[in-house]
Amino acid sequence: MSDISNIIQLTDVRKVYGNDGITTEVLHGIDLTLQQGEFTALIGPSGSGKSTLLNIIGLLEQSTSGIIQVQGRETGALSDEELTLLRGRSIGFVFQFHHLIPAFSALENVMMPLMLEAGRPLAAQRERATALLTRVGLADRLDFKPAKLSGGQQQRVAIARALAANPPLILADEPTGNLDTASADEIFKLLYEVNQESGTTFLIVTHDPRLAHRCRRVVELVDGRIVV
Amino acid sequence: MRIEWLLALRFLKEGRAQTFFMLGGVTMGVGVIVFLTSLITGLQRSIIEKTLGTQAHVVMRPPDDEARRIIMPDSARAVSANVERRAQRLSSILQWQQIMRELEKRPEVTAVSPLVAGPSFAIRGSATKSVALMGIDPEKYTRIVPMSSFMKEGEFRITANDAAIGTDLARDLGVTLGDKIRLQTADGRSETITVAGIFDVGIRDLNRRWVFITLRSAQNLLDLVGGVSSIDVTVRDLFKADAIGEQLAQQTGLTAESWMKTNAQLMVGLKSQSASSYMIQFFVIISVAFGITSVLVVSVIQKSREVGILRAMGCSRKRIRHIFLLQGGLVGLSGSLFGSGLGALLVTFFASTAKNPDGTPIFPVVLEPGMFLVAAGVATVTGILAAAAPAVRAAKLDPVVAIRNV
Ligand SMILES: Nc1ncnc2c1ncn2[C@@H]1O[C@H](COP(=O)(O)OP(=O)(O)O)[C@@H](O)[C@H]1O
Ligand SMILES: [Mg+2]
Repeated sequence: MSDISNIIQLTDVRKVYGNDGITTEVLHGIDLTLQQGEFTALIGPSGSGKSTLLNIIGLLEQSTSGIIQVQGRETGALSDEELTLLRGRSIGFVFQFHHLIPAFSALENVMMPLMLEAGRPLAAQRERATALLTRVGLADRLDFKPAKLSGGQQQRVAIARALAANPPLILADEPTGNLDTASADEIFKLLYEVNQESGTTFLIVTHDPRLAHRCRRVVELVDGRIVV
Repeated sequence: MRIEWLLALRFLKEGRAQTFFMLGGVTMGVGVIVFLTSLITGLQRSIIEKTLGTQAHVVMRPPDDEARRIIMPDSARAVSANVERRAQRLSSILQWQQIMRELEKRPEVTAVSPLVAGPSFAIRGSATKSVALMGIDPEKYTRIVPMSSFMKEGEFRITANDAAIGTDLARDLGVTLGDKIRLQTADGRSETITVAGIFDVGIRDLNRRWVFITLRSAQNLLDLVGGVSSIDVTVRDLFKADAIGEQLAQQTGLTAESWMKTNAQLMVGLKSQSASSYMIQFFVIISVAFGITSVLVVSVIQKSREVGILRAMGCSRKRIRHIFLLQGGLVGLSGSLFGSGLGALLVTFFASTAKNPDGTPIFPVVLEPGMFLVAAGVATVTGILAAAAPAVRAAKLDPVVAIRNV
């Protein structure tokens, strides 16, 4: 049943918001499998449940029912502590609004996931974070605070941060949503290159059909159901 | 642990005004506590020092109630003693040398001194004064009451001929160094001594009554040959005098009276002073804690986005909690350092302005490293406790809410 090359396997995942009184079912029985190395776009109209689905896959939110397996491991019975650990090891996030920590420099933001892992010496953390920022083209911005960086640059830092702990899966929720076309293209290109270089699995929510068409696989969500 | 420290420090650095207000609160709170404590400690210590300057910590007496009253010299009683002197005979400790050896062996005892005390008259020409004979072994006695430091004239030299009297008695009798005085007890025994030293112990009544002679002279005069009327004891820890006294009493079969019992009134005063000081300190701590809590509660709300991001990156609830507890602890600790400085400054300034006419400080303030350590410890713990509620709140934040609501 569970294939280890399946990074993510969702079976009949439902999500209902609200408890008593008014309840809305946002996801109606989602079945979805993401395989190692896949580069997938998740598209759909606003309010169709894309972010909700992403948060459930990212173990940030609990589904109301259904099975979520991360690298073959059932997550339903895990404690909050265990989910946090699994999330830190297996999943990197890139959000629409560059969710960087404003008090930290670019380098420190990228080091953050490494610091959260136990037992890596500081020098090694610094080295890896520097290499990643160099990879995303920000070698000369290491000590800049997020406020001193452009939107595209902030998103590059976020990508470097998502890559830092070397997770097998990266979830990106409209990573180019706030950027001009040129920057959006560059960010998308960067994500694709990383996918090619390291085989990291990507699930990218996007509104932009132009970008979606450049992905090998496109999943479309309409009213909480997968239609493609 | 490193990342929690880093984040706690950064969050504090970032929230400038908030951190400043928390630090200010702790600084002032600790300042007040240090000021109050050093003032009261100094005050109490000097009172106790003054009181104990002329007293033993524990006085051992024969197990006889009668004896106690007679040892306190009383001229009316001394006169009537002429009529019924056998009944008035001082009760004494007979095996005192042996008892003293036993007492000296105890580790908590620092000095032991025998005393033969009783009423007498001091006569010089036509002047007669009622006095208290203090028959002592000068070497032992000065280890309990530092008589040499009280000498105004001459020296504290007690021999078969030489004696020491107080300034007031010297004036009353009109004697100076080298003059002779006749000591005569109610039952007619008498001896003549030479004034070798005149002391001022700071208490007029004692300056008027105390006459120091040798143990042997006093035994002869008071008809106590071979015995002593009491044994003075000093102990290592002043405030254990009561408990140690009881042990000594059990061991020796004598009665023991500690300085705390002798000065019960004073002790009540000191205790209620301490109690009110503790009360003030307690409420200062509480209000400082409230200040920290309310600032951190706001800071948690402001930092909810960061907390959400950290949670998404795999930061556990426990670590989030630690980040905020650390902020409280760090504010407490650093505030206590500033506060100690402030308190020390205040108290030094205060002590330098409040002076007696002769230039000595009215309040002999005490600044001890132990007090600063305690202040730092209390402030740190207070900071951590004050941060507990905000920290728990931060740990409970839902990362999704923080991430969705930009
Ligand atoms: N916490 C919540 N409580 C109630 N409804 C929610 C909550 N979060 C999202 N929704 C609803 O779920 C639906 C899907 O939202 P979302 O997943 O953000 O859609 P998308 O990302 O595709 O725009 C929307 O109708 C939204 O209003
Ligand atoms: Mg969305």
